[in-house]
Amino acid sequence: MRVTQGTFSFLPDLTEAQIGAQVGYCLGNGWAISIEHTTDPHPRNTYWEMFGTPLFDVHDAATALAALDECRKTYPGRYIKVNAFDSTRGVESLRLSFIVDRPAREPGFTLERQEGPGRQQHYTLRSYATDSPEDERT
Amino acid sequence: MILKAQDRLHSQGKETIVLSTPDSRRTAERYRPGVRPYAKMGYWNPDYEPADTDILALFRITPQEGVDPVEAAAAVAGESSTATWTVVWTDRLTACDRYRAKAYRVEPVPASPGQFFAYIAYDLDLFEPGSIANLTASIIGNVFGFKPLKALRLEDMRLPVAYVKTFAGPPTGIVVERERLDKFGRPLLGATVKPKLGLSGKNYGRVVYEALQGGLDFSKDDENINSQVFMHWRDRFLYCMEAVNRAQAGTGEIKGHYLNVTAATMEEMYERAEFARELGSVIVMIDLVVGYTAIQSMANWARRNDMILHLHRAGHGTYTRQKSHGISFRVISKWMRLAGVDHLHAGTVVGKLEGDPNAVQGFYNVLREGRNPVDLQRGLFFEQDWAGLRGVMPVASGGIHAGQMHQLLTYLGEDTVLQFGGGTIGHPQGIAAGATANRVALEAMVLARNEGRDIWNEGRDILEQAARHCQPLRIALETWGEVTFDYTSTDTPDFVSTPTAA
Repeated sequence: MRVTQGTFSFLPDLTEAQIGAQVGYCLGNGWAISIEHTTDPHPRNTYWEMFGTPLFDVHDAATALAALDECRKTYPGRYIKVNAFDSTRGVESLRLSFIVDRPAREPGFTLERQEGPGRQQHYTLRSYATDSPEDERT
Repeated sequence: MILKAQDRLHSQGKETIVLSTPDSRRTAERYRPGVRPYAKMGYWNPDYEPADTDILALFRITPQEGVDPVEAAAAVAGESSTATWTVVWTDRLTACDRYRAKAYRVEPVPASPGQFFAYIAYDLDLFEPGSIANLTASIIGNVFGFKPLKALRLEDMRLPVAYVKTFAGPPTGIVVERERLDKFGRPLLGATVKPKLGLSGKNYGRVVYEALQGGLDFSKDDENINSQVFMHWRDRFLYCMEAVNRAQAGTGEIKGHYLNVTAATMEEMYERAEFARELGSVIVMIDLVVGYTAIQSMANWARRNDMILHLHRAGHGTYTRQKSHGISFRVISKWMRLAGVDHLHAGTVVGKLEGDPNAVQGFYNVLREGRNPVDLQRGLFFEQDWAGLRGVMPVASGGIHAGQMHQLLTYLGEDTVLQFGGGTIGHPQGIAAGATANRVALEAMVLARNEGRDIWNEGRDILEQAARHCQPLRIALETWGEVTFDYTSTDTPDFVSTPTAA
């Protein structure tokens, strides 16, 4: 399966030039780039690991891409995303967030069910990735 | 009638009081029993300077033949505030000068003979805090049936910060909705299940599953799917949530289906909404026809239950579409932002339903922005400060398809839900393929826009290029690529562009 979180997951994986253009767009808008990675892409896993703090003082795409490159080297085979944070009053949230790296094979999720009264199903979504302890994952 | 009243004035009363000063003589004259023109009863004051705390309304008035527009404007001010058809002495038991609404400006509508814009100011104390029902009972109450007017339309309102702050506004708001769904940087995608009536619960859920699994963020009940013989509401909720959960597992994304909880009574709506919550839905939906009070009650419920509240504007076309009579949708948008909904259908510009581009952009600005400057071209006559009130996500729905993606993104921007019903479900390769086509088209267009490409002119090329790696998009473009709905709008802003000094 393919986890389709993020702004561009339905497109073919972005090239370096394409990632650079998006980062340039974000910086041009005054947004801060940040990089996050995880082994567990559960849709409710809100807090991926931060690769350092947001790059508030980085205003050129090349520096941001170098940080991304370092993250990839440190955590190969993980889900990695690039976020753009807008601190404007009334937003104060992400303006763009897209996955730039993912495992070669994505194990996906299983849907566990529990029968409830009145034909109700209680659903639990579980990441196959979490079958193994965290320190044994890539 | 209102002009003739003046003639009757002097034949009726009898001077019985000795009056000492000119002021007291004027006051006594004002309250002499009988009928006086509204303009002479204090409802017309061209020198009035609206206070920052006044509620302002702009009406488009079409007086009957022979009725003076200023008197007609004063009558609207009177009938929407304190006046009745005759002088009453009991006015004098109140601070009536303050409670009278004041028409303060009347001007002809450009290029519309017989029509006038009337600006009216209302004191804040006339309105109950936090009540759309109370606000509207005044502003669109009796006055719309008033005989001396052929037609009357409420074009715009300025809601002062002091009044805005009495409303809780959208339960979730655009920013928090995006954070909850973990979806940023692009419009959200939805589709309404079709056919809107007749499917069994099981078949209905199939459409939901295919659409969400294929790439949509949301699917939607239509406005008139409630609890009919072919599908009981509980059945629909259970099957739809099965579909939502399966699609979440298949994609790793948060998905939602707008479960329509519209029902005959509040008790029934609460019951349906509670069930949606128990099943883990992130969103419920109501129709505009449930009424303003029910909308505010459901907004409170949604706030208490962390639920996104979608509002379908069923019925609005009966009073928003004609320029001469009714209420502009920009006013409905303002009221709904106060009342507190998270989603509101606000037009597509390019789809099958009414919508002049400028007017629709005006609605979108009202719903989304923190402050609206005066923008006559978009029909915004007043500056509006929303005082931190959360934004409403406008929804574009009705006759739109993947081939229009560049136009939709240009006209409507990023914070919107694009709903492709037929444009998803009618795809020759199936519903999931239709959903994928829309999602790929959208992501490709956002990517290109961010890269600095001119999507308005290169849109078609961008879509063709994206279709090279996506067969469903290629088929969608072949099927609908050239479909347009090009009709003249009935509701366009009327204004004269003023040259600026610079």
